[in-house]
Amino acid sequence: MEIPFTEKARPDTGLYNAKVGIWLFLASEVMLFGALFSAYILLRVGADPGTWPHGLLNIPIGTFNTAVLITSSVTVVLGWAALQMGDFKAYRKYQAVTILCALGFLGIKSFEYKDKFSHYEVWLKEPVTVKHGDKEVKTDRLLGHIDYNGVHPYFWKTETLAAKKVESFKFAPDPYHYTMSPREMAHAKQESSGHAHEMMEIKSSQVKRLSAFVPAHSTFFAIYFTLTALHGLHVLGGALVIAYIWGPGAKMWKTHPEQYINRVEVSGLFWHFVDLVWIFLFPVIYLL
Amino acid sequence: MSNAHSHDDIKKHVRTYMVIFFALLVGTVVTVWLNSVHFESAALTIGIALFVAIIKAGLVAGFFMHLLSEKKAIYMMLAVTIFFFVAMMFLFVWSRDQLPRGGEYTPTKYVPNPSAIGSY
Repeated sequence: MEIPFTEKARPDTGLYNAKVGIWLFLASEVMLFGALFSAYILLRVGADPGTWPHGLLNIPIGTFNTAVLITSSVTVVLGWAALQMGDFKAYRKYQAVTILCALGFLGIKSFEYKDKFSHYEVWLKEPVTVKHGDKEVKTDRLLGHIDYNGVHPYFWKTETLAAKKVESFKFAPDPYHYTMSPREMAHAKQESSGHAHEMMEIKSSQVKRLSAFVPAHSTFFAIYFTLTALHGLHVLGGALVIAYIWGPGAKMWKTHPEQYINRVEVSGLFWHFVDLVWIFLFPVIYLL
Repeated sequence: MSNAHSHDDIKKHVRTYMVIFFALLVGTVVTVWLNSVHFESAALTIGIALFVAIIKAGLVAGFFMHLLSEKKAIYMMLAVTIFFFVAMMFLFVWSRDQLPRGGEYTPTKYVPNPSAIGSY
């Protein structure tokens, strides 16, 4: 049986069917991401003053990843335009860049995740004195990295200390904490850049709570990982579809060129949507 | 349909795509740069960031997804989507006085607290 209106437009809508399909799908995606965005706003507005973690994400890396996605979005339309002019070779080149950008985005994102999984916050029973920028402060909450017998462990939590029978561990505290205002935090980071971290010894008996920057750390990291991982899955899915059409699916260019161009357009529409979500995610999560 | 466009039309589109591409990169740089300025008002910071993001999203949707020249059927679908999206975003605004605040939550007692919203 032949699927109707895969090439020519349906008279009543003026569109080939796949285009109606992808837009309906994108409409449902708007609601999916919209629901999670509103959850983010709810959690953020509901947080007590000074309790919302901020300034913990890597802005240069996030900016670079934004540029990577924008580039992949433009190569998608350039590839589609080349195909409309019958230039299959140029299309292949542009879409190869798209697929590389998608892999690059995911690679960079995994690097960011990995970094978070070995970055810790520790809540102490008694306050200690540490340097925040150019100031000495007394605090019972520290951010930083654990050094245990020369390794930087991942995913440790409070229970890990007892389970591994850790009596004490070395800790390299960061010169800032997110309870500072954004301005103070930026100042502290600037003041201490280039200085070596001073290691300190923390006894497990002093630790009230220990958590890596994982979803269980706070509602901030919970919604951060939910939103970015869902977006990451969309990047992966989009890349797989584009790669299929680019590779094994390209046979169709010889038999049904019109339908092939439509497939490229529809996969491109999905790709632009993924880019569009990131355009909102980046400032909201990394910057604000 | 693709046959409706001449090669010259498509070449013109390609030039537009490149302009949009650079506009998006500039928009990204502007967003990051404005964020390092640290405005006193949180509302202004959020407003500016969202304003730039909406412009960028508009460029992607308008030109890359060619929404500026689409068929009526798609506009109708998107109108419904926008309606429900906006309604969803407003749900928490309408219920803001009943929202849990940090650790304290009093579900039965209604306490209007205008200063609670917008603190950041």
